[in-house]
Amino acid sequence: MSRPEDILPPDLFYNDTESRKYTTSSRIQRIQSEMTHRALSLLSLTTPSLILDIGCGSGLSGEILSQTPLEGTPGGPHTWIGMDISSSMLSVALEKEVEGDLMLADAGQGVPFRAGTFDAAISISAVQWLCNAESSEESPAGRLSRFFNGLYASLRRGGRAVCQFYPKNDEQKKMVSQAAIKAGFGAGLLEDDPGTKNAKTYLVLTVGGGELDGDITGVVGGMEGVDVMDTRRRGRGMKRGKEVKGSKAWIMRKKEQMERKGRVVKANSKYTGRKRRIQW
Amino acid sequence: MKLLTLNFLTCAIKTCKTSPASFPLHPRDCELEVVESESVNLPFLKNILPRLMWDELRVIADELGLPALPSTPPTRDDLVEPSSSSTTTISHAQNAGNAAEGQQQAEEKPSQTARDLHRVLLETCIKEGKLVCGNCGHEYKVMEGVANFLLPGHLV
Ligand SMILES: C[S@@+](CC[C@H](N)C(=O)[O-])C[C@H]1O[C@@H](n2cnc3c(N)ncnc32)[C@H](O)[C@@H]1O
Ligand SMILES: [Zn+2]
Repeated sequence: MSRPEDILPPDLFYNDTESRKYTTSSRIQRIQSEMTHRALSLLSLTTPSLILDIGCGSGLSGEILSQTPLEGTPGGPHTWIGMDISSSMLSVALEKEVEGDLMLADAGQGVPFRAGTFDAAISISAVQWLCNAESSEESPAGRLSRFFNGLYASLRRGGRAVCQFYPKNDEQKKMVSQAAIKAGFGAGLLEDDPGTKNAKTYLVLTVGGGELDGDITGVVGGMEGVDVMDTRRRGRGMKRGKEVKGSKAWIMRKKEQMERKGRVVKANSKYTGRKRRIQW
Repeated sequence: MKLLTLNFLTCAIKTCKTSPASFPLHPRDCELEVVESESVNLPFLKNILPRLMWDELRVIADELGLPALPSTPPTRDDLVEPSSSSTTTISHAQNAGNAAEGQQQAEEKPSQTARDLHRVLLETCIKEGKLVCGNCGHEYKVMEGVANFLLPGHLV
């Protein structure tokens, strides 16, 4: 079966005709809705949140975020912002009067929000498009890295993202997950109905620092068919039991880990690890 | 585009990332529209409140010719109608997870302050116009409420 990604760039493939056909197909509506609910269950949101929908299209995924817990959306109704590269898809979303804010943007160019904006992000059936570069100035690796770096920064500490995507092959699956890990995410791959033509791949991403501190094993642990890629390194010879989370030793070790990953961390000061007054 | 979104959007151009002047983007020649919603989402307002950049929100409101916002942001408690104060003593943890607290929150009623904040952030929308970066001067067009953030290749 031919993949649309191999035929045309996304903004040309999703033209007016295709966008309308896509949005009105009851089969597609059902599948996108199922996958969005699955992604939501992996986000485990408990309170109305601010969510980014990457490749929101005509809003089949986003409109589910606007629903209430009674309608099946945990923690809802959420407020969402959708970005998409196809103006035709966004026009259909406008016609449907979806509740989310929409913007015309290429996720491969980055995520233009200030640090810590979103509680969570979803992307349903879009990320495989980033594996194509439409011009010679660009590379898939560069586009994926701009996307995941931007996404990482735009999520609050302890935030999560779930990207359902259609990898062309194992190599592409790996390229996408590695780009996410390189950006700093804790990452896990979940596969539903693996090996069948209904196979669905979910990349589950966590940002450290919150309740989970980037520990992906807690999110997807115990689930059937989950492949956890934990790249967090344990300090050698560290007696973990002695260290209290949040203590100065703990913070210093975290800083060291971040520095090793090439991240910029605040210089240590005599205040490192002391409690600060909350401003609010 | 809601003013909420404008309180989080930055210039997309790489060289602007590190410049404080790339946030907020400044509305120019804007046509506004109020899109009323059925109800005020109080738990959402409480969740988002500490993440708002209040001074920048005031600047934007001023630039759009909206009534001036108070000089200091409301607190979470200010968002709850005092008559439902029996529930306001509960600590509003960020991860207000358990069912009991969820129910408590459901009983809380939005105050006038919450309704005003809802009006500004979620119902006041930019329909047409431009958003301009204070650092590089790049203009992002807004048409039918949709901002265009596509960049020409050399600016990525
Ligand atoms: C199969 S549709 C999914 C739309 C929506 N998430 C849903 O569930 O119905 C894929 C969407 O990804 C969008 N897309 C592809 N590449 C993109 C990119 N680089 N940036 C933003 N959106 C992109 C396409 O325009 C299209 O609307
Ligand atoms: Zn700029």
